[in-house]
Amino acid sequence: MNEPLLQVKGLKKYFPITAGLFNKQIGQVKAVDDLSFSVYKGETLGIVGESGCGKSTTGRMLLRLIEPTEGSIVFENEEVTKLSPQQLRKVRRDMQMIFQDPFASLNPRHTVERILEEPLIVHGIGSKEERRKKVREMLEVVGLSSYHAKRYPHQFSGGQRQRIGIARALMTKPKLIIADEPVSALDVSIQAQVLNLLEDLQKEFGLTYIFIAHDLGVVRHISDRVGVMYLGRMVELANSEDVYRNPKHPYTQALLEAVPIPDPEYKKEKQLLSGDLPSPSNPPTGCAFHTRCQACMDICKTIKPEWKEVEKGHYVACHLYT
Amino acid sequence: MAELARNEANIVQEEQATSLWKEGWIRFRKNKMALVGSGIVLFFILLAVFAPFIAPYDMNDQQLSLRLQAPSKDHIFGTDDFGRDIFSRVVYGARISLWVGFFSVLGSVVIGSLLGIIAGYYGRWIDAVISRIFDIMLAFPSILLAIGIVAVLGPSLKNALIAIAVINIPNFGRLIRSRVLSIKQEEYITAAKAIGMSDARILFHHILPNSMAPIIVQGTLAIATAIIEAAALGFLGLGAQPPNPEWGKMLADSKAYLTQAPWTMIFPGLAIMLTVLGFNLMGDGLRDALDPRMKS
Repeated sequence: MNEPLLQVKGLKKYFPITAGLFNKQIGQVKAVDDLSFSVYKGETLGIVGESGCGKSTTGRMLLRLIEPTEGSIVFENEEVTKLSPQQLRKVRRDMQMIFQDPFASLNPRHTVERILEEPLIVHGIGSKEERRKKVREMLEVVGLSSYHAKRYPHQFSGGQRQRIGIARALMTKPKLIIADEPVSALDVSIQAQVLNLLEDLQKEFGLTYIFIAHDLGVVRHISDRVGVMYLGRMVELANSEDVYRNPKHPYTQALLEAVPIPDPEYKKEKQLLSGDLPSPSNPPTGCAFHTRCQACMDICKTIKPEWKEVEKGHYVACHLYT
Repeated sequence: MAELARNEANIVQEEQATSLWKEGWIRFRKNKMALVGSGIVLFFILLAVFAPFIAPYDMNDQQLSLRLQAPSKDHIFGTDDFGRDIFSRVVYGARISLWVGFFSVLGSVVIGSLLGIIAGYYGRWIDAVISRIFDIMLAFPSILLAIGIVAVLGPSLKNALIAIAVINIPNFGRLIRSRVLSIKQEEYITAAKAIGMSDARILFHHILPNSMAPIIVQGTLAIATAIIEAAALGFLGLGAQPPNPEWGKMLADSKAYLTQAPWTMIFPGLAIMLTVLGFNLMGDGLRDALDPRMKS
């Protein structure tokens, strides 16, 4: 919890909107707009937000699966954005990803053994026997059996497939794992199993997670710190408990208020979040949230709020706290 | 109780791992028309391989005293205008037609796939250039293009094969390009990139194997078309040259005797029809078996 493993500064991704015969650029979608955060060794950083707020784009940019428009990503004192393709491949050994859809993220024509062996082949680790042995060990680690190795992905259930996806991410013994909504495609009963598996693996291998999700409950369960994103910007970042007990930003408050409470007698005081998510191709001026904010002031409409530490380790971008 | 659990574990272990190919084969086996088609194809392949043992006469053996004989015990398909045994010629003709069909399609599959993969995977201007070339080629009626190519190269069986291969390249190129474009978006390709895989490995280990099913289906159907095209070029005198017993050429030679000796035309014609039918049935069966979603 001391030194940062990954430092992100001013990360931006603008997708161009093109039209016409010559692909003239007529605008841009600011999928991720000026994002800065650090991830410390051994922690789990949760990133939450509505669909389309740029969480997945952020995750993919960290691995440079999507090229950032601007900004810096420093992983273990190495500037990821400036690496050559060869150097990048080496870094990817230490940074792995778990994908959302366990039905799409495994090649349907490869056996489980081949899927899990491939990261080792690509990085030239071990002889054939050693690799096969590691595959079988890893299957046991993620709660499958070694005799599953010869099967194909379509012979497994969603939860089992996600375990295979997790095993693949672990094969190269990475330091950082970016989990992009790893449980949102699974049944609720399976979600808990997979989350517990992720926690066990974290303890066993000393992993650091960036956990991207839209489910606040899931994120609370697994994260040490939580970042809340809105329209490509981070609006609040703090320890998990602080975010849930003492949310500062009106958007975070509204999100938490929207979580259903399993009590039929409970009456909600007020609807905090109304209106639609503004288009990211034409985001509101000033604070992006001002169009839906209950506490909107005049200043919010014109000036973008600064990213400030309002309490120790509790960052907020909101004019209410300046 | 413990024993029961162990038995259950054994049952699970014995369960066979089935790849998508194996499942496709199981579906194919259940399709009667596909089996009939494969039977016909197999029949002609055997005919071609064992032609010297099956044919009762030499294909070029002329017995001018026995010109244009009707089918009889000695010549079950009759004889042609040079007194050659039509049955023997049809049997040897299977060699030529299958050879041209198979190798011309192999050529177009290899070149078409390569171009299609490059266009689909790298996109941008490379895609634009390759796709426009395909468009230009597809703008010509294919047989006209084939005639043009043979006219430049000179009429022979080999050049007919090359021409047929060339005109089929854009069909395969486009097919593979569209497959690559859709597979490229799949999450397992992103996963492969995230692992640190090189482009070449992604192309040949992930994208190509997942594009194989439509190539095989289209390839089988294309063999049928290629056989017809080879026969058409032969008929026009641009393919196999005499005295090669090419089916299309035999049809052309029979023109003059159509009314007196219809068997000179019927049997080579039947041979063409049957082989093409066989490949088409087999191709349709493969399509249904390998890629149920492709069914239109």
